[in-house]
Amino acid sequence: MTELNKLTIADARDGMRKGDFTSSEITEACLTEIDGAGALNAFVHGTADIAREQATAADARIKAGDAPDMCGIPLGIKDLFCTKGVPSQAASRILEGFKPEYESTITSQLFDAGSVMLGKLNMDEFAMGSSNETSVYGDVVNPWRREGSDAKITPGGSSGGSASAVAADLCLAATGTDTGGSIRQPAAFTGITGIKPTYGRCSRWGVVAFASSLDQAGPMTKTVRDSAIMLQAMSGHDAKDSTSADLAVPDFEAALTGDIRGKKIGIPKEYHMDGMPAEIEALWANGREMLKDAGAEIVDISLPHTKYALPAYYVIAPAEASSNLARYDGVRYGHRATLGAGDAIDDMYEKTRAEGFGAEVQRRVMVGTYVLSAGFYDAYYNRARRVRTLIKQDFENVFNAGVDAILTPATPSSAFGLGEMKNADPVQMYLNDVFTVTVNMAGLPGVAVPAGLDSQGLPLGLQLIGRPWEEGDLLNHAYVLEKAAGFVSKPGKWW
Amino acid sequence: MLDLTYKAPKPKVIAGMRDDWELVIGMEIHAQISSEAKLFSGASTKFGNEPNSNVAFVDAAMPGMLPVINEYCIEQAVRTGLGLKAEINLFSAFDRKNYFYPDLPQGYQISQLYHPIVGEGEVLVELEEGVARNVRIERIHMEQDAGKSIHDMDPTMSFVDLNRTGVALMEIVSRPDIRSPEEAAAFVGKLRQILRYLDTCDGNMQNGNMRADVNVSVCKPGQYEKFAETGDFGHLGTRCEIKNMNSMRFIQAAIMVEANRQIAIIEDGGKIDQETRLYDPDKNETRSMRSKEEAHDYRYFPCPDLLPLEIEQGWVDDIAATLPELPDAKKTRFMGDFGLSDYDASVLTAEVENADFFEEVAKAGDGKLAANWVINELFGRLKKDDKTIQDSPVNPGQLGGIIALIKKGDISGKIAKDLFEIVYTEGGDPAEIVEARGMKQVTDTGAIEAAVDEIIAANPAQVEKAQANPKLAGWFVGQVMKATGGKANPAVVNQLVSKKLAL
Repeated sequence: MTELNKLTIADARDGMRKGDFTSSEITEACLTEIDGAGALNAFVHGTADIAREQATAADARIKAGDAPDMCGIPLGIKDLFCTKGVPSQAASRILEGFKPEYESTITSQLFDAGSVMLGKLNMDEFAMGSSNETSVYGDVVNPWRREGSDAKITPGGSSGGSASAVAADLCLAATGTDTGGSIRQPAAFTGITGIKPTYGRCSRWGVVAFASSLDQAGPMTKTVRDSAIMLQAMSGHDAKDSTSADLAVPDFEAALTGDIRGKKIGIPKEYHMDGMPAEIEALWANGREMLKDAGAEIVDISLPHTKYALPAYYVIAPAEASSNLARYDGVRYGHRATLGAGDAIDDMYEKTRAEGFGAEVQRRVMVGTYVLSAGFYDAYYNRARRVRTLIKQDFENVFNAGVDAILTPATPSSAFGLGEMKNADPVQMYLNDVFTVTVNMAGLPGVAVPAGLDSQGLPLGLQLIGRPWEEGDLLNHAYVLEKAAGFVSKPGKWW
Repeated sequence: MLDLTYKAPKPKVIAGMRDDWELVIGMEIHAQISSEAKLFSGASTKFGNEPNSNVAFVDAAMPGMLPVINEYCIEQAVRTGLGLKAEINLFSAFDRKNYFYPDLPQGYQISQLYHPIVGEGEVLVELEEGVARNVRIERIHMEQDAGKSIHDMDPTMSFVDLNRTGVALMEIVSRPDIRSPEEAAAFVGKLRQILRYLDTCDGNMQNGNMRADVNVSVCKPGQYEKFAETGDFGHLGTRCEIKNMNSMRFIQAAIMVEANRQIAIIEDGGKIDQETRLYDPDKNETRSMRSKEEAHDYRYFPCPDLLPLEIEQGWVDDIAATLPELPDAKKTRFMGDFGLSDYDASVLTAEVENADFFEEVAKAGDGKLAANWVINELFGRLKKDDKTIQDSPVNPGQLGGIIALIKKGDISGKIAKDLFEIVYTEGGDPAEIVEARGMKQVTDTGAIEAAVDEIIAANPAQVEKAQANPKLAGWFVGQVMKATGGKANPAVVNQLVSKKLAL
């Protein structure tokens, strides 16, 4: 019974129904693991009482025989999700002490399905970062280490807490959010699976906004099947989110046939980046072979505007963020600076926001404010929007030509050491998103699947990009890749 | 139907120290959309509730909250557009206008800068009989109202009331077609009238449900015509915007002092700075709120939380089909169908409730008589009691009943006034009152004839005088009326007196 925390969602689901173990038992195993994993700094707020209560209710439901798939599954929840009565701070000081009076649509759906909340997970502040070093709670540590080294490695970001927690088996799965790669990059850095669904598939209501036109929530899980099961529960139309799509949610797990014979896989030539490590090239080539061996046709494709994606992303995302974060002003909730005599409202804003926001958030708010300013709007924001349209068209052209999925590396490197990028140009950090931002810009679904280890023993992931609203088909491709890659490595427990 | 044609009014000319100057005015009217719920939340819009009680999570800009458009507000904006004969844009979109203020929780106002829901329209502003300005509407867009900051409740703190935050507004933007303070006030009045007819805004200026920003500039005679011809604003003076006016009287006063201020500066060799100003009614002056340099950079961009708003022509047509008769059409119809004067028709159509009341009364069969009674007797009496038509003690059926009795010859006009007062103060059915109190007019010629004979016989000296000067016959009429307790039909009395005196 001690290893129940290592279960996948699918195995837990089936085992609970067979009576092999209960949700309460799995939950206790996870809570014990979480208690012992302080060194990872993944969980920042435990909700053991809620978890036990939910697990008991889930066990009753499973016993009654009408429980949904996610019933009784203990999850970690990214701090970006507002959870009723539970601290929800987006890992920022500015939301110090904030406990929402409402539950996000996605967590509502998960809890209605019987899922268990173990606690809130660390992340980059307001989901801005690729290394989980911008959190007010401090860095998250990757359970993986370089062979023969005890240097701390980043789990990636912004869903770094989610990735670490799942990779270290502190929970069965976790929610993540992805604005430019924040599910897929950390998934790749920690050897787990993460999918960013089509924009509009999952409700954004109750998820703290970073860049509204790019933000999408998704599951971070141990297997592709688990992603299919959990995404199912997270998806669906929400009248409270005007950008949520009013479309039926297909059965994603049923789509996992393992058969991709005759499918066309596109290999975009623009994703061969200068200076990309040979190991990444090799991993990619390997992925091509695996899909080919499974009966898919591999075709070279071109996505000509790829190189403009990252700069355009770093105009649009900060622009929206600068406006979305304006509400954190110290007036109604969260942190408010102590004011001096004679301080006026502008002083309150300036002091509160200077104290409440970390450096990366401040940088992006300033960039966003700048690109929206009179006189710069057309040169930056409007031009970036045009680029975005072109990127979308690139993908449409490829899919219209019959391509079913696109295979790319998930990241340009394996996980780097915490602190290694501290003095680097911020753009160096932004380059982590180079393979993932295009997907957000085009609103497409993208999944990261672990596909191997690099020479230092760190996990590497491949990314598959699918047609809009075809997450089932996309996951089926990922499923084939997962089986072929046979990635079973786990980080050795040192924490 | 009558086809009314109007002459354009002359622009206001102001004599400066050296030159004559003309006014050029454009207005932005912020009208609160009549709707139970706010533009993007289900919170109530009810005025006067406890502070911060009409607030949904999204109104307070809680983290992760999202706006969802209130379809009824869209319908109201479309209805307004149709009422102003404006183009309805089937595609419109919402933008964020970013600025910091405590009563703006989101840190931005959701508005429509780039793609407003309503395009060009017009408002006919009548100034006097046969004289009207056609003011063109440039656009109408929807936006959220801000909350209220309260600075005078505590010496060190300010308070914020979010009840108004997120309430739907329409901003109705005119072209600079207005040429005098009177026209400006009349424009606001006409717009208010139309919106009230449409039931898209209650027009309550006191509560701030209708506010105006007034753009004022001055130019020398002839310049405006050049502008009108070319569209080049270079022919006009630099404008200043006077913000947030909520009284017709202040609007007129503010325009005059602002124009005089500008003229004085220009004639003194100075230059007008384009800026936003506030009017101080106590001092009757405008003062600078912020200059162009200090103007906010609102960093407008499309609101990513809302999809562009696409509506269908069929839906617009359905709304158009339910549009009520509007003031201009109603007035014309009243003049045509009831033979009312321009003035009477204007008075009766000023408020839709008055017009409806009048039409009910007119069912008694005489529109002109009904108009007289409604305007002179009813309105006069209501005004005396400081009442509006909504709380009139006399309903249209009762007033119609009184008029029917006059028409039938059952009562005289004088008796009718007494009857009206009885109905007004005591209520009841006019016909029954007349019957019960014996107020019915005597039309029996025999009875009247007897009375006439009696009075002629008793006053031979008066007979002689009247025969010499027929104007004095009125004395006999008066005596007969007196003798019959005012109930004799005056027309019959007149006729008989003339006959008997052989005039």
